[in-house]
Amino acid sequence: MATVSPLREAKEGEIIAPGHTFGSVTDKISDIVQNDTIAIGWLASLAFAFMMLNILAISAAYLLYRGLGIWGINVPVSWGFAIVNFVWWIGIGHAGTLISAILLLLRQRWRTSINRFAEAMTLFAVACAGMFPLLHMGRPYFAYWLMPYPNTFGLWPQWRSPLVWDVFAVSTYATVSLLFWFVGLVPDLATLRDRATNKWTQTIFGLLAMGWRGSAIHWQRYEVAYGLLAALATPLVVSVHTVVSFDFAAGIVPGWHTTIFPPYFVAGAIYSGFAMVLTLAIPVRQVYNIKDFITTTHLDYMARIMLTTGLIVAYGYGIEAFMAWYSANKFEVAVMQNRFTGVIRWEYYMLILCNVLVPQLLWFKYVRTTPSVLFVISLIVNLGMWLERYVIVIGSLTRDNLPSSWGRYSGTIWDWGIYLGTIGLFLTLLLIFLRVLPMISIFEMKTLLPEAHPHGHGHDTKNHGHQESVK
Amino acid sequence: MPQIFHRAFNTISVVSILGVAVLAGLTGGGLYLLVRSPYTTGVGVTRDQPIPFSHAHHVNELGIDCRYCHTSVEDSSYASVPPTKTCMNCHSQIWVGSEMLAPVRESYRTDTSIEWNRVHRVAEFCYFNHSIHIKKGIGCVSCHGRIDHMHLVRQQNTLLMEWCLDCHRQPEKYVRPRDQIYNMNFKPQDAGYKNQEEMGKALVEKYEIRSKTSCSACHR
Repeated sequence: MATVSPLREAKEGEIIAPGHTFGSVTDKISDIVQNDTIAIGWLASLAFAFMMLNILAISAAYLLYRGLGIWGINVPVSWGFAIVNFVWWIGIGHAGTLISAILLLLRQRWRTSINRFAEAMTLFAVACAGMFPLLHMGRPYFAYWLMPYPNTFGLWPQWRSPLVWDVFAVSTYATVSLLFWFVGLVPDLATLRDRATNKWTQTIFGLLAMGWRGSAIHWQRYEVAYGLLAALATPLVVSVHTVVSFDFAAGIVPGWHTTIFPPYFVAGAIYSGFAMVLTLAIPVRQVYNIKDFITTTHLDYMARIMLTTGLIVAYGYGIEAFMAWYSANKFEVAVMQNRFTGVIRWEYYMLILCNVLVPQLLWFKYVRTTPSVLFVISLIVNLGMWLERYVIVIGSLTRDNLPSSWGRYSGTIWDWGIYLGTIGLFLTLLLIFLRVLPMISIFEMKTLLPEAHPHGHGHDTKNHGHQESVK
Repeated sequence: MPQIFHRAFNTISVVSILGVAVLAGLTGGGLYLLVRSPYTTGVGVTRDQPIPFSHAHHVNELGIDCRYCHTSVEDSSYASVPPTKTCMNCHSQIWVGSEMLAPVRESYRTDTSIEWNRVHRVAEFCYFNHSIHIKKGIGCVSCHGRIDHMHLVRQQNTLLMEWCLDCHRQPEKYVRPRDQIYNMNFKPQDAGYKNQEEMGKALVEKYEIRSKTSCSACHR
């Protein structure tokens, strides 16, 4: 660990603790990566995550061997855990894109400390999400049939199906997120290359840095590319989960066929995403002692976004109930009755508790700035958002229009195995990321320092975006 | 600080970026060609048979009708491969001493079938019915090609789904009068039409052809 320490802790409103210099920022962040000792805590965490990843490997292998019958799905519930988990993971990813793209374009400079980390979370969440449609296919080796290519069937994918839009929404999202993350990493990879002390890391970081020398033209091109990717990623924050919601809304199943779904899903996605960023950031800033970079101000801001999106989600729940009553459509009424008093009621009560009631604590500044409390709330919201998808998928499918097509559903041990397994995949990837790549953008952090904003040219420091920062 | 990479890496990096694109294009193009090649589809591959039965000789030179041997083609999904008895109708009288026909006589004497090698193999998950195609005016030659010119039979068409759909989506391109189904030399002009287009449109209407392109038409 670096011996650099700031003068004091960051106060309210400060997004980096005072006392840091260009050098100390570089040292502190890159020392986490370029450190010859392997922390026992990290290794133990990785071992645990890897064990969970093996649950995924075993569950997926057995699924491929035996087929989808090992899951709890059957008529009428043919969308079980797989779709619940898919929507949950994809939603989690959205916070990363919002932080990196929208907050960048809105010049929210506090994003700098968390964007790298959040984008990595997005990528890993999308990787987990992508597992589910593939495994749900039963024959994943035919997944390429979803792509429009000149096949020997003389067929194109069914463009009228939202499931096909989903393929494009998610694959575009994964591609843009990866590019955005990588482009943002290039200057830092060059820093790590230049600091590398052994041949191997020097070569690997050197290859990844793609010849970055930090010349003015490099920076100019970087800014253009990063800006363009931000502009590309911005609509994706809204479009991806909108398309995911179409998977439901375009169907005529009661409880799904509503116009509120797209905005309500997008808000829910950002809600769960910020919850996950907090779930991860709070322990990480503690363990790696980077509270001077990820300050309580950051936690406060993220908690505020969570509160806002949580209220939109709560409004969505309210509108669902209101529209059921107002439309006087007996099937919609039945859906709500099923949630209030029917077979899905306990899940629904838990969902309201987790997603609507508990997050109201975020109105209090004390709660927003106390990491331990915020951590617990973020876990509760994660659980709540999973339950929301469970209520939507299972609740509506078990109680369709016709009583003759009613049924029951419960996940089997293999459903749980795959779900827990993807959490293992997520944590494994995240832990490896923390160790091998700079979890905070080094060069962007420097733009937050006073040295990056020299006076004397008549500029107002507040108007300095990182675009004009010292290179 | 010394350079990490040799200067050749400048070229290598550019080539590798272009190379990936070129490689992806070649792979895609190669696969496109491979799945449609005779190697995969079997088009034009002449198969060996236990007896070198020549359709060219029996159909073209002797003028035997298709239905003489393929008896159930009008009434069944399966056109049927004739039993040895059908061969023996003639070959108990002619070429009785032929060395080439020894397996036929052997089959007849021991009452065991001749095991022909199948040429047209439709995938097992596809439902195909000869009789409906005959009744709606699709000639043998449209799918099987000039069987009357083949000694040993070979596959004329790919039997890929895109090939099935080519006709199912526009049957007017292939349909012919019902009385010309077994005529290998038929031309639209013979039936008094200007061309296939004119004949196709008229016959699609006349035979009430509504060829199915829904999944369950074939994948039942």
